[in-house]
Amino acid sequence: MIKVVDLHKSFGNLEVLKGINTEIQKGEVVCVIGASGSGKSTFLRCLNLLEEPTKGEIYIDGISLVEHKKDINRLRQKVGMVFQQFNLFPHMTVLENIMLAPVKVKRIPEEEARRKAIELLRKVGLSDKDDVYPSQLSGGQKQRVAIARALAMDPEVMLFDEPTSALDPEMVGEVLAVMKQLALEGMTMVVVTHEMGFAREVGDRILFMDEGVILEEGTPEELFGNPKKERTRAFLSKVL
Amino acid sequence: MLEGIFRILSDAIYFNLIKEDRYMLFIDGLKVTIQLTVFAAIIGIIIGLVMAIAKLTNNKILNRIATIYTDVIRGTPSVVQLIVIYYAILGSSQLPKLLVASLAFGINSGAYVTELIRAGILAVDKGQMEAARSLGLSYAQAMRYVIVPQAIKNILPALVSEFIMLLKETAVAGYIALDDLTRAGNIVRGRTFDPYTPFILVALIYLYITSMLTAFMGRLERRLRQID
Ligand SMILES: Nc1ncnc2c1ncn2[C@@H]1O[C@H](COP(=O)(O)OP(=O)(O)OP(=O)(O)O)[C@@H](O)[C@H]1O
Ligand SMILES: [Mg+2]
Repeated sequence: MIKVVDLHKSFGNLEVLKGINTEIQKGEVVCVIGASGSGKSTFLRCLNLLEEPTKGEIYIDGISLVEHKKDINRLRQKVGMVFQQFNLFPHMTVLENIMLAPVKVKRIPEEEARRKAIELLRKVGLSDKDDVYPSQLSGGQKQRVAIARALAMDPEVMLFDEPTSALDPEMVGEVLAVMKQLALEGMTMVVVTHEMGFAREVGDRILFMDEGVILEEGTPEELFGNPKKERTRAFLSKVL
Repeated sequence: MLEGIFRILSDAIYFNLIKEDRYMLFIDGLKVTIQLTVFAAIIGIIIGLVMAIAKLTNNKILNRIATIYTDVIRGTPSVVQLIVIYYAILGSSQLPKLLVASLAFGINSGAYVTELIRAGILAVDKGQMEAARSLGLSYAQAMRYVIVPQAIKNILPALVSEFIMLLKETAVAGYIALDDLTRAGNIVRGRTFDPYTPFILVALIYLYITSMLTAFMGRLERRLRQID
């Protein structure tokens, strides 16, 4: 479904990604962990070309993103993204946030988009917030709206960049529950997270990133239970 | 004593406003000032929009042109710009003076409007553009539906304040012999030899208009803040 080949990314002289190779299968939940500054966000953002790779290839369904930069708006529809800071549109109601892209990009009739948006809101557990503005929501509610907004484009894969890091502890659970539900429904997901409990429980595969490379990867049992690399062990001993 | 003050005042009003219908000079001058400000504001907004876009795109040449424009305009006095443009244009055409002056002040105001619009757009959180693009919106769609509606909240109040500045700046239009409000005061002074009253009147008229605009700006700001 996604194939990454020798992906490099530099900001000026700073090389942040130093050759990433991995493949993500349909329906797989991949959790990316690693220390701050190791390049997790940059890797994720390359997957929908929010950052342009300096070198290397990314294929989605066999189509090279780098070669089809002109088609990027169409390719991005296949890839939903959820941000740490939610990034809801503050001048639009919750429903308008969710309907914007389906109506303007996919040209779905407004009524149909509205019905779908309401359905998605129910799915993420919000029932009476349709016409509310984002500023009136709690952090957990905002993030669930953001997930619904991304799902409204029917993406084939969802990218999550530390979706619970900006939340008060009591709200982390509600967002993780929605993500877990998505995973159970078979959504392909790439999740950058510091929630090791979630990674262990929901992840099919864990990638440990260190200084711009995937230093170690494996099932949660392998990676958490029996890490091979010294640096992986050091990282895990700090966060577990 | 009181009678003396009353006498001075009524004389001042008689000679500066009533005699020979001199109040008409102020009214006509006010009309010119308002027309000049409105035309210049419209020209300034159009130039400002175009130049702000030129500054925000990735095109090096457009960036350069827009930067030179704003640097030159903001780095030189508006009176000098007015005179240069007046002679440059009027030397070769028969355009009405009001139009030339509007163009000159419009070009001047445009530089400040450019910066207002640019700053207003840059003040919108970067995550907004990223979220919009990640949903598949094109750059233009993201601008139109997500960025600009939020930027307008930053821009509009500042724009009103720019036009208050513009209104006051147009007081130098007399340099190219345009009979605006300030020049009306000058003409009346020349006839009455009273240096105070005509300009106090002129000042009061400017003050009245600017305070109305300021009040409008305040209301606008409160309105816009409510939407959040
Ligand atoms: N736009 C940018 N310009 C310059 N440097 C950047 C940019 N984005 C990221 N970096 C740098 O790249 C490195 C990796 O950043 P990245 O955000 O990918 O790390 P991360 O693993 O997501 O860290 P965190 O856990 O703190 O989110 C950091 O040193 C960061 O300063
Ligand atoms: Mg990050």
